[in-house]
Amino acid sequence: MSAIIQAKGLRYSYEDGTEALKGIDFELQPGETVALLGANGSGKTTFALHLNGLLKATAGSVVVDGLEVKESNLKAIRRRVGLVFQDSDNQLFMPTVLEDVAFGPLAAGMAADLAMERAQQVLEQVGMAHKAGKAPWHLSAGEKKRVAIAGILAEEPKVLVLDEPTTFLDPPGQRALAALLADLPQAKILITHDVPFAERLTDTAVFFREGRIAARNSIAAIVREFDW
Amino acid sequence: MLLAIASIHRPGGLLVAVYLVLLLICAGAARLPVPRVLATAAVVLPFAFTLGVVSFLSGDRDRAVMVMVRGYLSSLTALLLVGSTPLPELLGGLGRLGAPAFLLQVMQFLYRYLMVLREEAGAMRDAAASRAGSVRILEFQKAAAAAGVLFARAHARAQAIHRAMVARGFDGRMPAFRHVPFRIADGIFVAVSVSLVVAARVLLV
Repeated sequence: MSAIIQAKGLRYSYEDGTEALKGIDFELQPGETVALLGANGSGKTTFALHLNGLLKATAGSVVVDGLEVKESNLKAIRRRVGLVFQDSDNQLFMPTVLEDVAFGPLAAGMAADLAMERAQQVLEQVGMAHKAGKAPWHLSAGEKKRVAIAGILAEEPKVLVLDEPTTFLDPPGQRALAALLADLPQAKILITHDVPFAERLTDTAVFFREGRIAARNSIAAIVREFDW
Repeated sequence: MLLAIASIHRPGGLLVAVYLVLLLICAGAARLPVPRVLATAAVVLPFAFTLGVVSFLSGDRDRAVMVMVRGYLSSLTALLLVGSTPLPELLGGLGRLGAPAFLLQVMQFLYRYLMVLREEAGAMRDAAASRAGSVRILEFQKAAAAAGVLFARAHARAQAIHRAMVARGFDGRMPAFRHVPFRIADGIFVAVSVSLVVAARVLLV
């Protein structure tokens, strides 16, 4: 099976010269879920931003579903890789829940009535159809996260990248989110410090350390090896 | 209505009363709480009063009165508009009237993130109060520093929002969400209300 995401020798330096990624080799198979573990500043989120073309690699390459991440492919790649950001307030920018979820399909050129229909379907899928007409800022943290995920699912991506998905969620909200994600067929990358949450969804983890992948193993083995 | 109000240049009790009654009828028809709308519109009065005092001291008594009347009626009209029209429809209507798309985007984001900024300002105030015991509004130097930090946080949030938008396919243009049809009833409402406002303005002053 060919990888849905393949990164080779990926390097990235910020404008101030800080080298955030120092040669990342990574593969993700279709339908696979992998947790990215590691300390703050170890390069996890910087790596994830390359998968959607939000950051441009200093060296190396990323290939998504057979398409190299470069300017001419960005539109197609952003439909294949959906990023769910840590703070849902940053992601829910439209006046109503329904319009927010429909934003991606509309931006991709779908007709307005079809986009609204698609948004309604996805809201039903994540259990938020009853909030379609609400303003995003009137939702709880758990509801915002569900709507943020719905906004990504509406674009029918092949890969979901979730950055600290349990931030701001209470334990029932975390369990509900894990159940929702477990039912989704897409390949998933979970960037998290929450090991029990990651264990609900996968056994595989990659450990980032100082801009490099230090290990790829089972979560239990990584926790033991790095005293995580 | 706003243009008609802005064009009132000398006190005319009857015209003002007619405009007030028209606005109240509309507020009632829109099922807005009329007493509350009347009270909320008065929020502009301290500012209008200040300008009125300046005009009065400069010897222009009519202008002093009209500044306050125009301010209050304009505030009432704006409240009626935003209270009776959901923002998406309002922005859509402004767009069809030719308002610049960039301006409408700014209005939409301002509306969306005002609450978030208020929460951030509140969180900063609480953090300061928890460390200092209290926060006095009139500590200008600290308030200025806090405003700078709030601006920086707002800027960082704006960058994060833009990044999230780009990740979801934003290419600089907001997609059109819905087309609200302009019905015959809308045309009749516009024709009747504009005729009433203009007739009152022409005939009563």
